[in-house]
Amino acid sequence: MEKRNTYKAAYKAAFPHTIPVMTGYLFIGIAFGVMFADKGYNFLWAGLMSLLVYAGSGQYLAVNFFEPSVSFLQVIFLTFMVNVRHIFYGLSLLDKFKASGKKKPYMIFSLTDETYSLYFLTKTPPDVDEGKFLFALSTLNQSYWIIGSIIGALAGTLIPFKSKGIDFAMTALFIVIFVEQWFEKKNRFPAVVGIVASLICLLIFGKDSFILPSMIVIMTILLSNHRIEEKKNKTEEVECDD
Amino acid sequence: MTNLPVSFWRSLIIIILVALTTFATRAIPFIVFPEGKKIPKAVEYLGKVLPPAVIGMLVVYCFKSVNPLSFPFGIPELIAGAVVVILHTWKRNNLLSIGVGTILYMVLIQYIFV
Repeated sequence: MEKRNTYKAAYKAAFPHTIPVMTGYLFIGIAFGVMFADKGYNFLWAGLMSLLVYAGSGQYLAVNFFEPSVSFLQVIFLTFMVNVRHIFYGLSLLDKFKASGKKKPYMIFSLTDETYSLYFLTKTPPDVDEGKFLFALSTLNQSYWIIGSIIGALAGTLIPFKSKGIDFAMTALFIVIFVEQWFEKKNRFPAVVGIVASLICLLIFGKDSFILPSMIVIMTILLSNHRIEEKKNKTEEVECDD
Repeated sequence: MTNLPVSFWRSLIIIILVALTTFATRAIPFIVFPEGKKIPKAVEYLGKVLPPAVIGMLVVYCFKSVNPLSFPFGIPELIAGAVVVILHTWKRNNLLSIGVGTILYMVLIQYIFV
């Protein structure tokens, strides 16, 4: 099959997959814009921040940094802590991003929760270039985020539509991806580890600081499982040699 | 620009610091394991099993502010979440599951559990 190696084909194929993220990002982007405007920053500032930072919970938190009492060191530390889960994401994409070439730095920059999750929900159509398809997904997502935050800063308080609860679109997206992963048997063990470890850590450490301990627990369990599996394989090999 | 809580330049530096730190958290794996370098077996394994585990963690993350001890006891989240799971297992249509779940949740918190 000849590849329709164009960006147009990539964006056309990518757009339908981004609709749930569009719904969510427009509205949580608007919420960010409103909060930032309340602080005294107009739509240019909100747009700039969404262009350069591009992180949901990270930007919500960052609104509090614009106070004389907050030091630069605190800014770095708190931002790191709220985004620390992103360290996990690249580990599963080391191979996938090889197809991205020059676009790779942007692909890494734009690794939000939602974009990362979309990569595992969508399969690149066989007739579209994978590097371009992934790039289309991530740029579309960021454009929704930027547009949302600008709208929020300009006119957020004027929106008559009762939008309370619309950010559930993100939660629903993650649940859908969770269910999709569940259909594959080999994913069930890590999925259960992820849910149970995070729930326990949430109960112990509370909602503001449970992510880092969750990550450590998840990684420890998965790695020890890997070791046990390897040992099993080795003993089986030895038995075969006999 | 006199209405900013901190100066123009300080505001700009804060945004750049947040941007660089956020980018760093996303770039660390790619810096530690650049293309061409052999990836250890354990990391390769992690790359395969982490996505379902992380999605599980993100689901918990979305519900982290739910308080089961005070009204509405997380009931709207539970109902809407369960509907998404059931609908998706049944139809496997992403937009349908997310659309119905979101609208149901909005109705629940705006009109029923108020």
